[in-house]
Amino acid sequence: MDLLKEIERRYLKKDIPPFAAGDTVRVHVRVVEGARERTQLYEGVVIKRKGSGLRETFTVRRVTYGIGVERTFPLHSPVLTKIEVIKKGKVRRAKLYYLRKRSGRAARIRELRQ
Amino acid sequence: MSKGILARKIGMTQVFDENGRSIPVTVLKAGPCYVVQVKELGRDGYSSIQLGFESQAKQRVNQPLQGHYKRAGVAPCRYLRELRVDNPEAYTPGQEIKCDIFSAGEYVDVRAISKGKGYAGSIKRHGFSRGPMSHGSHHHRGPGSLGSVDQARVFKGRLLPGRMGGRKQVVQNLQVAEVDSSKNLLLLQGSVPGPRGGLVEINAAVKAGR
Repeated sequence: MDLLKEIERRYLKKDIPPFAAGDTVRVHVRVVEGARERTQLYEGVVIKRKGSGLRETFTVRRVTYGIGVERTFPLHSPVLTKIEVIKKGKVRRAKLYYLRKRSGRAARIRELRQ
Repeated sequence: MSKGILARKIGMTQVFDENGRSIPVTVLKAGPCYVVQVKELGRDGYSSIQLGFESQAKQRVNQPLQGHYKRAGVAPCRYLRELRVDNPEAYTPGQEIKCDIFSAGEYVDVRAISKGKGYAGSIKRHGFSRGPMSHGSHHHRGPGSLGSVDQARVFKGRLLPGRMGGRKQVVQNLQVAEVDSSKNLLLLQGSVPGPRGGLVEINAAVKAGR
C-alpha cells in the first residue's frame, strides 16, 4: 500500500488552501477549445468534500438563472489552476445536501467569524 | 519482438495525464527477473527463455533445482516461468531483465490467476438474466430451461452454475502508462486479474496497438 501512496504523492498538489463544506470558493478551470486555452471561473458554495488522497473530490453548487448547478472537481486535477476561498461559511454538517431543497433566503449560509 | 517479465500486483489507483484526465492504473512491481535457462529450437525443439523472479531461501529449494540455478549463475528464485521468444540468441543465462524493457505508451498482454469466486450461479458466472423477484414469481435467479423436452437429456456445453474464478486469465492490450525503472514499478492502464500481491506475467501484446 505504501508504494501506491508513493505514486500518488507525485501527483498531489501542495498549494491547496484549506476549505470545507459551507465555504464559498472560486475555481479556476483550464479549458482547451481546439488550439486555444483559457481559464473559466466557477464560483459557488462547497457542499461536500469526498474521498482521500489523490482521489479526493469536492462539489461546488451555485444557482444560475434559477437552476441549481453542481460541479464536482477532482481536488488534485491539473485542470484546476487555482482555488480561491472567498468566504468561510458557518455550517454544522459535512455534507450540505439540504441546500438542494432550499432557495433564496433559506439557502443562505452564515459567515464564520473568528 | 517478444519480451516479457514477471511482476507482483500492488494495487490500483489513478494518475492524471497531461490533459488533466484521470487514468485508472494498476501498479505492478515488475522484476528484476533473471534468465535461468535459454531453450533453443535445435536443442530443445522450441525456443524460449526461463525467467526467475523474487529470491528464495536456499534450504527451500531442492538439490536438483539448486544445480539448475547454479548452472545459470543465479540465486534461487521463488517463481520460474517460461516465456516463448523468437530470438533466444539475444539472451544469456544469468542476464537481468528489468521493467525498462517496456516504455510508456506500449501495449502489453497480462496473465494472472483471477480471484476465486467459489460456486457461482449462472447469473454471476455466465451473465444470465434474472426473473422477477416478486409478484408471485417463483423464478428468481435460477438458470431457467436447460433445453427442449424432446431430447430427454442435457446437451454438453450447457452453461450451468459451478466454480468460478481462480483460473488463469489473459487480458490483452493494456497500455503502459508509466515506467519507473529505479523502483521497478510498472503502471498499466486498466485492471489486472487477481488479488493484490498476486503473481502476474506481462508480455508484449500479441495483437499490438489496435
